[in-house]
Amino acid sequence: MPERQVTVKAEVGLHARPAATFVQTAAKATLDVTVAKAGGQPVNAKSILGVLSLDVRQGDTVVISAEGEGAEELLDRLADIASAP
Amino acid sequence: MNTLTGVGVSPGVGFGTGYVFAREIPVPPPGSRHGGDAAAERERAERALEQVAQDLERRGALAGGESQKVLEAQALMARDPGLAAEVAGLVEAGTSASRAVYEGFGHYREVLAEAGGYLGARVADLDDVRDRAIAVLEGLPALDVPTRVAEPYVLVARDLAPADTALLSPDAVAAFVTEEGGPTSHTAIIARAMGVPAVVACRGATAVAAGTPMLVDGASGLVRLAPPAREVEAAREAAAARRSALAAVGGPGATADGHPVTLQANIGGPRDVPDALKYGAQGVGLYRTEFLFLGRREAPSPEEQEAAYLEVLRAFPGQRVVVRTLDAGADKPLPFLTSSDGEPNPALGMRGTRLFQVHPEVLADQLTALARAASRAAAQVGVMAPMIATAEEAVRFAAVCREAGLPSAGVMIEVPSAALRTADLAAGADFFSIGTNDLAQYAFAADRQVGALTALQDPWQPALLDLAALAVAGAVVRDRPCGVCGEAAGDPALACVLVGLGVTSLSMAAASLPAVRAALALHTRDECVRAAQAARAAESAESARAAARAHLPGLGGLGL
Repeated sequence: MPERQVTVKAEVGLHARPAATFVQTAAKATLDVTVAKAGGQPVNAKSILGVLSLDVRQGDTVVISAEGEGAEELLDRLADIASAP
Repeated sequence: MNTLTGVGVSPGVGFGTGYVFAREIPVPPPGSRHGGDAAAERERAERALEQVAQDLERRGALAGGESQKVLEAQALMARDPGLAAEVAGLVEAGTSASRAVYEGFGHYREVLAEAGGYLGARVADLDDVRDRAIAVLEGLPALDVPTRVAEPYVLVARDLAPADTALLSPDAVAAFVTEEGGPTSHTAIIARAMGVPAVVACRGATAVAAGTPMLVDGASGLVRLAPPAREVEAAREAAAARRSALAAVGGPGATADGHPVTLQANIGGPRDVPDALKYGAQGVGLYRTEFLFLGRREAPSPEEQEAAYLEVLRAFPGQRVVVRTLDAGADKPLPFLTSSDGEPNPALGMRGTRLFQVHPEVLADQLTALARAASRAAAQVGVMAPMIATAEEAVRFAAVCREAGLPSAGVMIEVPSAALRTADLAAGADFFSIGTNDLAQYAFAADRQVGALTALQDPWQPALLDLAALAVAGAVVRDRPCGVCGEAAGDPALACVLVGLGVTSLSMAAASLPAVRAALALHTRDECVRAAQAARAAESAESARAAARAHLPGLGGLGL
């Protein structure tokens, strides 16, 4: 399955604003997309509560995965959001 | 009772009539079932959540700015697919829509609350979404706070959610008073952003009769009910005087006669560094490292730890930064350290450095990361052990620190046995720092988490001052510095008393630094010593406070 592995650079981690933007972007897509902390259980990337529950902090690595039509483009966008400082 | 006491989280004085905002949504009772048409009930739940999401977005659009972002994040919670699936599953099994929404949120609520910090503070946002959805389902009126008023009012509530405050302005609200919440709760943040005084954790506030005139002091945390006009006037003048007096004092901490007192900040991570610098902290007296670990399934890697430590150390070149090793257990459980099968008395169990007996690798990793960070920054790093009770423990801890290449090892004084024997502990401690909160908890056998026992947590208790005095005396004998890093250090009057007891440094929340610096600058060391003697001669916390203040004439002028 196509995936992206990125390190979260934002000081607030994948909380607050970055989390909301991430989930909003994922939710617009029709395909299934998940996000996990490196080595952890994946959660639905369209679920704000799921993403917050991961408690991704600055410096953590996350793995974003999706499969299907347009997966590569979506993953690129999500990887950009997750790794934005 | 015409005075209520809470925690001041946004300084200034506000006066107005009280408006008690009660948004009590009854908990749908466990076992509530729907009539049998699961599909219709599920649709009802979905519609309610969508209605809440739209309402939150509408409010966000009206409010704009930071509030809009918060409200849009809340709308995402209402539309969360994971939540929808849980609710659907519960309704399918016969649970009523209201109860299903309640339980569906419950799981996430627990996860966020456990993570603490920023995520913990989001619990209030989550509860607000949940309550709004239940209100829709139960046909309860949607309560809102007044936004257009002739005279600004004092908004009193159990707690406030972003959606409640989004449309408020200082023209409408003179002050906030909430029964719950803390310095990082939404109410505190929004109040500071609005420049409106606020008092949180104010017990009894919602019992105040509607329309009662209230005078709110967002610095002292005092709320006066129906005060005379001259008191309102005096409070306003004092607030203005305090602003200018505090602004006038800067630089390193010292008493009026030039006796230096190092004034430092308590921080939980890199996030708190800007405030510490802004308020002129002379380094960090307590870096709580548990925020790096909380909410994790496993300990953060040494690399991740090193990055976090380094970021803090680099902000204080040439200054002292005291890092407390992981203080888990009791109220801060961690799955990889603390056992889940519950101790009968967690506060008296395996917590703080005691856990390292079982998990020495966690301490070793932390010290390695810290030593690496220290070698890459110019700060003077000290390591401090929590929950030390005996000299043997202190000696063992210091040895491990030195082995890791960290020469300065100290001990938190929070267990009475340690306070009584600092001279012995000096064999394994280069410095001491009194943690007044835990020291009070253990000296008075009063759990910090039991609200009904807060009077026993009062740092003005003469017995607590006695313990601090003994700890300092023992440290002096062995020529070791002894500071204070509990809440007590941030109370300007108590800070003077502690200096009078011989304390050499005070570490506190950064926002408390200006008032403490100003209070010390107005009093000589002798005055502080006399205030300390008077406080220790008193027989209650209340009389200790009054007796000390009688020797600290400058406080009145600061409006403190």
